[in-house]
Amino acid sequence: MNEAILEIQSAGLLTTVQDLGRTGYQRFGVAVAGAVDATALRVANILVGNREGAASLEITALGPKAVFLSDTVIAVTGADLGALIDGQSIARWQSVSVVSGSVLEFSGPSDGMRAYLALAGGIDVPVVMGSRATFVPGGLGGFDGRALAPGDVVRALPTANTNGLRGPGLPEDIVPPVYGKEHEVRVVLGPQEAAFTTTGVSTFLSSPYAVTAESDRMGCRLEGPVIEHESRPDIVSDATALGSIQTPGNGQPIVLLADRGTTGGYPKIATVISPDIGLLAQAMTGDTVRFTAVTVGQAHDILREQEAMIAEIKQSVGVDRSGSFSVAAEGRSRAVVTETGDPVARAELTAAGRRTVVRPVSVTVDGQAFEFEIEVKHDA
Amino acid sequence: MNGNPTIMPVGDKALLIEFGDSIDPAINRRVHDLAASIEAADVPGVLEMIPTYRSLLISYDPMTTSPGVLGEAVMDRQEPDSGIIAQPTKVVHIPTLYAGEYGPDIEFVARNSGLSQDEVIDIHSGADYLVYMMGFSSGFPYLGGLDERLTTPRLDSPRTEVPAGSVGIAETQTGVYPLASPAGWRLIGRTPVRLFDPDLDPPAVIHAGDHVRFVPLSGPDEFQRIERQVQDRAYTVTIEESS
Repeated sequence: MNEAILEIQSAGLLTTVQDLGRTGYQRFGVAVAGAVDATALRVANILVGNREGAASLEITALGPKAVFLSDTVIAVTGADLGALIDGQSIARWQSVSVVSGSVLEFSGPSDGMRAYLALAGGIDVPVVMGSRATFVPGGLGGFDGRALAPGDVVRALPTANTNGLRGPGLPEDIVPPVYGKEHEVRVVLGPQEAAFTTTGVSTFLSSPYAVTAESDRMGCRLEGPVIEHESRPDIVSDATALGSIQTPGNGQPIVLLADRGTTGGYPKIATVISPDIGLLAQAMTGDTVRFTAVTVGQAHDILREQEAMIAEIKQSVGVDRSGSFSVAAEGRSRAVVTETGDPVARAELTAAGRRTVVRPVSVTVDGQAFEFEIEVKHDA
Repeated sequence: MNGNPTIMPVGDKALLIEFGDSIDPAINRRVHDLAASIEAADVPGVLEMIPTYRSLLISYDPMTTSPGVLGEAVMDRQEPDSGIIAQPTKVVHIPTLYAGEYGPDIEFVARNSGLSQDEVIDIHSGADYLVYMMGFSSGFPYLGGLDERLTTPRLDSPRTEVPAGSVGIAETQTGVYPLASPAGWRLIGRTPVRLFDPDLDPPAVIHAGDHVRFVPLSGPDEFQRIERQVQDRAYTVTIEESS
């Protein structure tokens, strides 16, 4: 049974259920959505013993007011939006035990734009196309495809193992980020770099760009020196990616984020590297962004450093519940999930000693659901 | 048409495989054939692919594979008999009720084209339209192949909402809206088929690379009968397959 954890009293500016997004359906025009700052969401989950892609709340600038309906363990990461429990400031980037009846409030943003609140177990909303992420423009996922509203009750899945947590917070050598007002963002140039003049590319790489108030989950819209096009500012539509920097005819760059459309007709001068997406997720109106070009190889080195840091956090504080199985059915590989749509977690199968674990699983192939049991033999 | 595609990095987690820069069925065919071949081979580290008019975006996990390895997997499939799978041509039949309240702009389209309403229906339903790609919104197909005679300007002011299943024309394009949405298209008909359903996997009836044929319905009775079958999940679209 899932448990009622949190009742929303006032919703805040934009509070949505997010996970790591709805991958695999972009070919059908379905947006990925998910946390804009995926790293902050992953760490929040790890801190409360969830698998890192569990659904959590993404809280934008002005947070909600809510009351806890059960005792639980939470973690707040990402922006400092002034999280309070019963009027007391709570530590971010660590797990915090809360008791039923406690009131969660936010006093206002002081650093960054988006905070992530993970609840032990992970938020239980229906899985839509493999994800619990809310895509508000398309009305998909989360709470009926919308942001949270007063009266909503947030429920958690029952699988949390907070007793298994090895520590409350980040290891000593990992310092939580301070986002500030100036952001150095690294990009890989292209794929349509050739649609811009040499001057245009150098303007892009040497000028400060200001974050505008039109920025949202779809894109970070910037304003600054005009980036000069070589030719017409449109292309035969092709696919977009997370971090694609579209530059329409006005020469002002837009960095595409979680709610981006899957295809687009503006040329893309560069792509923000994945480890730096979080900086744009946290940028506020008026902040300054500067772009630096790196090679794909350098980007992969930066990504490996970031993944090593997350692995260290997992090792130090959390229970490793990552991992998934897939089966091939009718020639196509399908993820194997539990009854609640979660991946079959490796940790649950690797208890000490040799044992056989039988789990009921369901697989959907071309719209038809199949139920069967999977038997896993394990040597400790 | 022939010749090797250009492979370009898209940040640190995707590659763009570009076959050309125009809207051309032969280029598009190469995109879909490559996507199908990569999918069938279950190439390690490939997370997702987005086929478009002229290119294929391959998202990958850099912790599992590298752009070099993926680039080779792509180039290995460019020679004849190299494991590229030519996809069979699939024609998805979309039952459509033309005219009347279901297609309120058909009179305008007919007048604009100097045709009768019946001629508009015959021409529109007499062609198979290639689904070059999907995008814009969930399940929206970009169709090619509208007969030039049916070219019609958009509405001066878009409707704030058109019903799901609306079939329309905008300039040289025809299309069908899977979901209710604002639209400036001239509406000529509507299908009772649910083209996008997030509870089904795959969620869309039409896939990129397929062809679509609009099949005229006899009247509101037939429309409503199919609509009820769709609601009961008892309706299956006809798909014609040929290689």
